[in-house]
Amino acid sequence: MMFARAIGDPNPIYRDAEQAAASECGGIIAPPTFVQASAQFDPDYPLRPKPGVPWHGSGREPTGRSSGSSGEGGGGSLHAEQHYTYHRDLHPGDVLTATARPGDSWEREGRRGGKLKFSENVVEFRDEEGELVVTARSVAVRTERVVEQS
Amino acid sequence: MPLSARNLAKGDSHEAVVVDNLTRTQIVQYAGASGDYNPLHTDEIFATQVAGYPAVFAHGMLTMGLTGRMLTDWVGDGRLVSFGVRFKRQVWPGDTLTATATVEAVREDDGRHYADLALSTTNQDGEEVLTGSATARIDA
Repeated sequence: MMFARAIGDPNPIYRDAEQAAASECGGIIAPPTFVQASAQFDPDYPLRPKPGVPWHGSGREPTGRSSGSSGEGGGGSLHAEQHYTYHRDLHPGDVLTATARPGDSWEREGRRGGKLKFSENVVEFRDEEGELVVTARSVAVRTERVVEQS
Repeated sequence: MPLSARNLAKGDSHEAVVVDNLTRTQIVQYAGASGDYNPLHTDEIFATQVAGYPAVFAHGMLTMGLTGRMLTDWVGDGRLVSFGVRFKRQVWPGDTLTATATVEAVREDDGRHYADLALSTTNQDGEEVLTGSATARIDA
């Protein structure tokens, strides 16, 4: 429900058990991009601040780290593509196990960000019976410099 | 109401404004819901002074999630077989996004009916921020 709120989707199929039970889905389901929230369950997820670990967001310094750090200056990794294949609906109570494997990687010259390095990651989300629920394929792009605004 | 093959043809389309004047707070709300607190999305000082961007910007996955609302509102709940996108440009606070799905093909496979859709989400300047495709199971 928190996820549906964040994407601005008031559809009762994501929160109203009674109404959802009467639908062809037979109950509450998750929004199509919900497995993105699996980051919440990854203890080592790098884009979440952790107690006692320096964070690269601003604090006393704009970089957040102790003084002397100049930060990365631009560039960095951006999300270029995301593809989902749905094998069945995802319902509350489902317990999914994610298995990630790297896919292809390639390079090309970009118009706005310098040399672009693409890398693919495939995550299979399986239920407790080992059946596939969602397959997620993402492509990340690492740019040489900050993407210029045109 | 799910779509039906009888009433759907190549070229049919559905459009919806999926966010009007995107707020920094909604970007932070998405950070909390997804778990992705990248300071490029949540920390204006870091995004501008350290990373050199003009402002924080939305997670690509927020744009995909917003686009997904247009899609599921049209094809029906639990009807998507696949949904894939490419992020074309950044989405900034203040942006208003319109998402469009256009039917590329209506087809039958093993007695089941499907619609293949092309997706495009544009900002208030008509610039494409997302393109993609989706396949939905539809009624006969």
